[in-house]
Amino acid sequence: MIYRYDGSFGGFLCAIFSSFERKEFPVRLVTQTQFAASFFEESRLVETESEKAQRVFDGLEKSIGRTEAHSFFQAFLSEDSRAIQYAFNLLHAIFQGNKNILENYGDEQVLYFSQTLKKVSRERHRMKAFIRFQKSSDDLFFAVIAPDFNVLPLVISFFHKRYADQAWLIYDEKRNYGMMYNKVSVEEVQLAELDKNTLMHSSQDVQLGTTEEKCQQLWKAYFKSTNIVARKNIRLHLQHVPKRYWRYLTEKQ
Amino acid sequence: MDRIEEKLSILADAAKYDVSCSSSGGKRKNNGGIGDASSSGICHSYTEDGRCVSLLKILLTNHCIYDCAFCVSRRSNDIKRAAFTVEEVVDLTMNFYRRNYIEGLFLSSGIFKNADYTMERLLRIVKKLRTEHRFNGYIHLKTIPGASEELLQEAGMYADRMSINLEIPTEKGLKLVAPEKNHDSVRKPLAFIQNQITHLKTESKLIRHKPLFVPAGQSTQMVIGATPESDWEILSTSNDFYKNYHLKRVYYSGYIPIQNDNNLLPQIGTQPPLIRENRLYQADWLMRFYGFDVDEIVDAANPQLDMVIDPKLSWALRNPALFPMDINKADFASIIRVPGIGRQSARKIVQARKFGKLHAYQIQQMGIAYNRAKYFIVCADSQIVLGTIPMETVRQQIIQQSIASKKYFNSPQLSLFS
Ligand code: SF4
Repeated sequence: MIYRYDGSFGGFLCAIFSSFERKEFPVRLVTQTQFAASFFEESRLVETESEKAQRVFDGLEKSIGRTEAHSFFQAFLSEDSRAIQYAFNLLHAIFQGNKNILENYGDEQVLYFSQTLKKVSRERHRMKAFIRFQKSSDDLFFAVIAPDFNVLPLVISFFHKRYADQAWLIYDEKRNYGMMYNKVSVEEVQLAELDKNTLMHSSQDVQLGTTEEKCQQLWKAYFKSTNIVARKNIRLHLQHVPKRYWRYLTEKQ
Repeated sequence: MDRIEEKLSILADAAKYDVSCSSSGGKRKNNGGIGDASSSGICHSYTEDGRCVSLLKILLTNHCIYDCAFCVSRRSNDIKRAAFTVEEVVDLTMNFYRRNYIEGLFLSSGIFKNADYTMERLLRIVKKLRTEHRFNGYIHLKTIPGASEELLQEAGMYADRMSINLEIPTEKGLKLVAPEKNHDSVRKPLAFIQNQITHLKTESKLIRHKPLFVPAGQSTQMVIGATPESDWEILSTSNDFYKNYHLKRVYYSGYIPIQNDNNLLPQIGTQPPLIRENRLYQADWLMRFYGFDVDEIVDAANPQLDMVIDPKLSWALRNPALFPMDINKADFASIIRVPGIGRQSARKIVQARKFGKLHAYQIQQMGIAYNRAKYFIVCADSQIVLGTIPMETVRQQIIQQSIASKKYFNSPQLSLFS
């Protein structure tokens, strides 16, 4: 049986709900946009209902604990349909009582799931490291990112705690949404095309304070001076800072 | 270039030989100010030499009354000198931190006037950051040898980590290149701060709001290859300091020649001993996380680490009687001793085998270096080999493979800095 869902994590959880409710398994999970009708297979549209989704997630937390339950959300953010399918199957197994299944690294699906988690968590860590704020003249600290996986939701609490006394905006230009903190709460925002361009080419358009330019210049000077030429090792450098991240790094401009 | 930029360039350049850039172990939580420690630390960038950039690492000044031959800031060196003001350091730190360039500050200094005078200035900076700016980011502060205990005590309340460098691994070596210095002046403050930490730990069980005191512990650094110590001497010193002062880290910094006037030191143009430095980190790792004693790694009979293969492999080859090891039976502590298997993979193996005996194809997927490990393990489907391959052959085969895969000089372990 094919389940079509809206591609959200809530939808994913509701698919699990349906699968148990209707006693349908195995299920192949596809998003509405991925779906191409086939003559041979039946498909069902899963409605996303936040209340149901919450029930499934609470049940999961109760059964395997907070961290492990959260790992399903993380794997889901990989946007990798294979990982998501495996996550679905594993979730199904857990709800059937197979609680320790995530430790069975000898199993292909478990292993792939855990490797996906590792990749997502590496990307999350990279965002904590590589996000560079620029300060606009109206005191907003903003940063644009384009992570490999949809990890923005995973770094928000980190930035929230750290930069509690300054307003900031982190914008994922690849997925076209951002998170904005106004010193009170964090909200999801979407920018019109125009504003986005403004952010990206900030040096010309958004008014940057003179301290901002000065600050970037000092940071670059620091970055240059702290390097030891006699130890040069570009291979290692690239391994740590792959080129695709350079355009967001002040010190690499 | 304006004056502040020039100062920053000079004082970052002079500070960069201190390789530590760790920002882990911080415990500060944000309550109303700015900053929140990431307990595992974050490298915000990497220099072109592949080292982590986590902290704003600078000297307060590169003026120094001492003349240590291995140091760029030594008195007799004819270089540009500079000194930051307290405000300048505070401003730089805050501006960089707010933009997420850094995890915090690593502040060190040449010694000007005297130890207390220098330490007092350093203290003023960290105090201002913590109290006036309510900064909760990471602070690594150098202990100035000879500074009074009152100053150290106060500094410890604001710093996350404190460190003081041994510089040269043995007293004898130190006397050759820095006759004014001695190891005792390092041991004393290390011991003092360690005692305060321990003291507070026992006491804080009784008080509710326990004050933080150097929560990320202490570290030290040794310069490698400036003086003729063997790896055995170096690692024995590390071992001594890990055991007696509970250091969080010992750093090894391959000497980069900076002068030709002292013929005891390697001359300019000599390559820094990077592979040796890497091997020392690997050995250090084995002592701290893999349960190895220092004399299992090097001893009087084998005082130098093997530069061609890593110390774990080298140990395994010297101990053929312990292998092959049955991966389905051996305990965790034994499995992590197998070349090519790290702690994470070992943990996976131990968990996964509860679900059934593990075969070679399964453990190959668990992130181990199977091409290396295969000589030392048996899995459920391993064929019984009559007689064992001589270890010399194993060594040659592994070296051949690593050359082929070009991983040879670029072992992932190089990333152990931080
Ligand atoms: S005391 Fe420190 S800064 Fe001064 S010369 Fe010696 S090592 Fe360099």
